[in-house]
Amino acid sequence: MTIKGKAYIAGIYEHPTRHAPDKSTAQLHAEVAKGAIEDAGLTKDDIDGYFLSGDAPGGAWPMVDYLGLKVRHVDSTDTGGCSYIIQLGHAAEAIAAGKCSIALITLAGKPRTGPPQLRAPGPEADFETAYGATTHNAYGMCAMRHMHDYGTTSEQLAWIKVAASHHAQYNPHAMLKEVVTVEDVLNSPMISDPLRRLDCCVVTDGGGALIVTSPEIARSLRKPLVRLIGHGEAMKGPGGGKDLDLTHSAGIWSGPRAFEEAGITPKDIKYASIYDSFTITVLMQLEDLGFCKKGEGGKFVADGNLISGVGKLPFNTDGGGLCSNHPVNRGGMTKIIEAVRQLRGEAHPEVQVSNCDLAIAHGTGGLLGVRHAASTAILERV
Amino acid sequence: MSEAKKYPAPVTNPETAAFWDAAKQGKFMIKRCTACGEAHYFPRSICPFCFSDKTVWEEASGEGTIYTWSLMRKSPTGPYAIGYVTLKEGPSVQTNFVDCDLTTLKIGQTVKVVFKPTDGAPLPFFTPI
Repeated sequence: MTIKGKAYIAGIYEHPTRHAPDKSTAQLHAEVAKGAIEDAGLTKDDIDGYFLSGDAPGGAWPMVDYLGLKVRHVDSTDTGGCSYIIQLGHAAEAIAAGKCSIALITLAGKPRTGPPQLRAPGPEADFETAYGATTHNAYGMCAMRHMHDYGTTSEQLAWIKVAASHHAQYNPHAMLKEVVTVEDVLNSPMISDPLRRLDCCVVTDGGGALIVTSPEIARSLRKPLVRLIGHGEAMKGPGGGKDLDLTHSAGIWSGPRAFEEAGITPKDIKYASIYDSFTITVLMQLEDLGFCKKGEGGKFVADGNLISGVGKLPFNTDGGGLCSNHPVNRGGMTKIIEAVRQLRGEAHPEVQVSNCDLAIAHGTGGLLGVRHAASTAILERV
Repeated sequence: MSEAKKYPAPVTNPETAAFWDAAKQGKFMIKRCTACGEAHYFPRSICPFCFSDKTVWEEASGEGTIYTWSLMRKSPTGPYAIGYVTLKEGPSVQTNFVDCDLTTLKIGQTVKVVFKPTDGAPLPFFTPI
């Protein structure tokens, strides 16, 4: 049993807002749902499966009721920022099993307007909460150890931000449109050693949504055909403290699973959407997914290798979380959306990858330096 | 600086109460599985490696080395350094480093446990030896 080719992404929508103090969170979910449904050429009543995560107020039944859906399948898996990549795979499974035929996945929220809701405490709370792990210092711990083990430098990390900024200049909705240099990154203030301000992503209100459907229905719709051919998910944590290694992520498991299912290798990928909560996130994911060997990520990302039209692996051509959008501090949704744009040929002409037929969308959720999930989706233009 | 910082009291529960009771005596406890021999942290009643319920409390040396760290330059309570310490007994534990110049921390540096008071049981931190 495989989900290869069993599900197509027929609708995508990224909310243009980056700051929405005048809207409710539920309203943003409705707006992105409407956008994706219209992009697919469908109506609300066509939706029979709904996938939502921890950012959706109240959870499954309040949101289904609020949106006026009549669904026969729901999934509220919450794995942080990669929830939507995991749910893309779950939607494919549900469609392949006949549990639904047109699935809606939404993400929306307003962390720029106000602080996001805190996660309910886990069993580790008494042994960790007091130490103040945040996104900044949790990823800082990974970067610190990566530098120690492999000689990775701040200059190399900076190249990731530089590449994202080269792409963001063409995105009219990007929060940061200015092209930056390695020196700009190195001269920005230290936030949590060794990560500086420009190693960090933006904080934005907004959201996005997807419509996932069967091959038959996708072919009856008007959009270019983009299908899921491989999917993987995995989780990683300190695991009782044995053999702690913060230089790799759960991507070392989710990636190979997805590539195996797709029957391709990283060399075949024309475009990569890689979750970029921080520069170090991208570097570690590229290694874990097999685009280069472990420890060689620094060399791989340097000198513009991630810039579309310049380097070998164009990444995050919308400007990514580092420059464009990071709605609800959850970057997985926009990773899928830009990968679909590339496969459809709908990316900005300045960053569109020519003959883009195979793309990867990969994300993590939670804290890479503490415990997290990862999910990998391989997408193909048919 | 770190002495003045107010830390939250552990909530504790039946599974971990013995850890916090020992902390009040200045003892840093880990759990060891008598079935597979592995030590782990934070403490569980069922071994996370072999899933045996034959886990026992063991007083750790409280000494180890810094696996990694990161200094948060600004926060509402001032700068603080988070990190992991790999204990002599094996497990790595998340912690903050205290009572030292936070800008001179190094991976591999030797550290030992120190307890800081809360309104409940004291919390374990680490400081360079």
